[in-house]
Amino acid sequence: MAKIDLNHIRHAYGPNPQSPKDYALREVHHSWDDGGAYALLGPSGCGKTTLLNIISGLIHPSHGQLLFDGQDVTNLSTQERNIAQVFQFPVIYDTMSVYDNLAFPLRNRGVPEADIDRKVRETLDMIDLADWAKKKARGLTADQKQKISLGRGLVRSDVNAILFDEPLTVIDPHMKWMLRSQLKQLHRRFGYTMVYVTHDQTEALTFAQKVVVMYEGEIVQIGTPEELFERPKHTFVGYFIGSPGMNVMPVKLAGAIASLGSHRIELPAPAKLGDATKVELGIRPEYVRLGRQGMPVTIAKVEDIGRHKIVRARLEGQELAIIVGEGQEIPTEPHVAFDPRGINIYADSWRVEG
Amino acid sequence: MEKTWNNKAWFMVLPVLLLVAFSAVIPLMTVVNYSVQDTFGNNQFFWAGAEWFEEILHSDRFHAALGRNLFFSLVILLIEIPLGIVIALNMPRRGWGVPVCLVLMSLPLLIPWNVVGTIWQVFGRVDIGLLGRTLEALGINYNYVQNPVHAWITVFIMDVWHWTSLVVLLCYAGLVSIPDAFYQAAKIDGASRWAVFRYIQLPKMNRVLLIAVLLRFMDSFMIYTEPFVVTGGGPGNSTTFLSIDLVKMAVGQFDLGPAAAMSIIYFLIILLMSWVFYTVMTNYDAER
Repeated sequence: MAKIDLNHIRHAYGPNPQSPKDYALREVHHSWDDGGAYALLGPSGCGKTTLLNIISGLIHPSHGQLLFDGQDVTNLSTQERNIAQVFQFPVIYDTMSVYDNLAFPLRNRGVPEADIDRKVRETLDMIDLADWAKKKARGLTADQKQKISLGRGLVRSDVNAILFDEPLTVIDPHMKWMLRSQLKQLHRRFGYTMVYVTHDQTEALTFAQKVVVMYEGEIVQIGTPEELFERPKHTFVGYFIGSPGMNVMPVKLAGAIASLGSHRIELPAPAKLGDATKVELGIRPEYVRLGRQGMPVTIAKVEDIGRHKIVRARLEGQELAIIVGEGQEIPTEPHVAFDPRGINIYADSWRVEG
Repeated sequence: MEKTWNNKAWFMVLPVLLLVAFSAVIPLMTVVNYSVQDTFGNNQFFWAGAEWFEEILHSDRFHAALGRNLFFSLVILLIEIPLGIVIALNMPRRGWGVPVCLVLMSLPLLIPWNVVGTIWQVFGRVDIGLLGRTLEALGINYNYVQNPVHAWITVFIMDVWHWTSLVVLLCYAGLVSIPDAFYQAAKIDGASRWAVFRYIQLPKMNRVLLIAVLLRFMDSFMIYTEPFVVTGGGPGNSTTFLSIDLVKMAVGQFDLGPAAAMSIIYFLIILLMSWVFYTVMTNYDAER
């Protein structure tokens, strides 16, 4: 297991990158802890798979260095980096048995057969496939195949990190949940450094200790699921995490008072803006209180999704989503108030720290 | 409800029936007809029973031609299949090289068979052919017209030149269908080049390879035009394959009875081989 340092890494697929637009990965400079479980979360094309492939060595970054435990591995091949990777679609060796699939990476490295047998049996127990050892790998279900892919990484005790590239894409929904909890269990028991790429926020939030949110080739926030929810650093994180996403409205700011149209909203503390051109107020639907007092809104529709209701309303011409309890009544003359705990102020899309 | 019986619809089938009759049934039955009778001209036929079949099955000439044919098929399969795989493995996966390679590979397949024969017939001639002259200049006494070994080598090389592309194209189609993730996983697992071939590429290719073997076997077993143009079956009988022998017997010697019996036996051999291949392939699929 290793600590991963990403040292000013940038990557462009084209040969002569000129403007920041040419970079698939703009600038990543972070340090990931040994034994951490990280999820790279972001929409398609945000650079998360590029970053993962840079870590695994399938892509050589245009700029910057990659360090494993302080050692520069930027120019090492995938094999020399000693990592494991699980791909979107299960990669198994069709003609081999489950046992031979797991033994394959060890045999390629010339490990003595007795050690191979011990390691493979241990791994088979870890991934719950001990009963399937002698079966041909091609007859298995997608989730079992994905476990074999994972097992081929686990079988090498010295791997620096295990990388996952949207590994649950082809798995049935109820198996997804099982596999995810097994992954978490493995992580807790053996302390692997794990990096998990996904565009599914539920997957990221339930799997990882730290979620790395990426947007247009940049890391916009690294935080615990709670931090991402309560204090999104960038309006994109606000939109992307949560269902529905955060409400973001343009406001004018004077001291600790924000004006939204003709309404005045009191902030918990005055915000320092600098010379930002665009000031926005962000509040999650969970923190908007619907009642008979506050700012008047018009309600466009109510979506009942079982656990709660989502009210789609308009406030001063802005769309506003509100979450209300299942039993709560919707008043005939609806008004809203913002819970001060849930208010975030954004200057040029980045959160203003209080 | 009472069903109306109207058999007029059968007339609709008539055109196709006529077509099949003229193109397949009547010629085939003519052959069967000849194979069980003897004729001395003037359309006088005498019943011969299974005589011709016995004669053919016991004739050394037939055995020799069959042996040559099997040997030919075996050798070209042993050359074309591995060679085709090697070329397919080395073809580019992306970039401008792909269309160039594909066109180059398809060229031999587009040339009519008798033209292929003519090309090699001229190419190998000692007096005017590039190959013949070059070999002579190098001091190699090459003459496919007189030396049976040279004739065989020429026919082999010609067939390899003509048909390896087919194996290449089939294998290439199998190879490009392998997702990149497999190669990446193999790299991570530390697989050698040979292991990648043995455990990823070969398993993904083996279905197309079976088809390639089937096609090449059938084609080579029926080969006629190219060796006929190049060697005419000679020198002597050394490159006389079944089809060439059959034509010699039927058109050259006008022995219609034995020729008919021989074509039926020939046909049954091919039918048997096809059945074996088909069974092997379907069993293989069922196993998957």
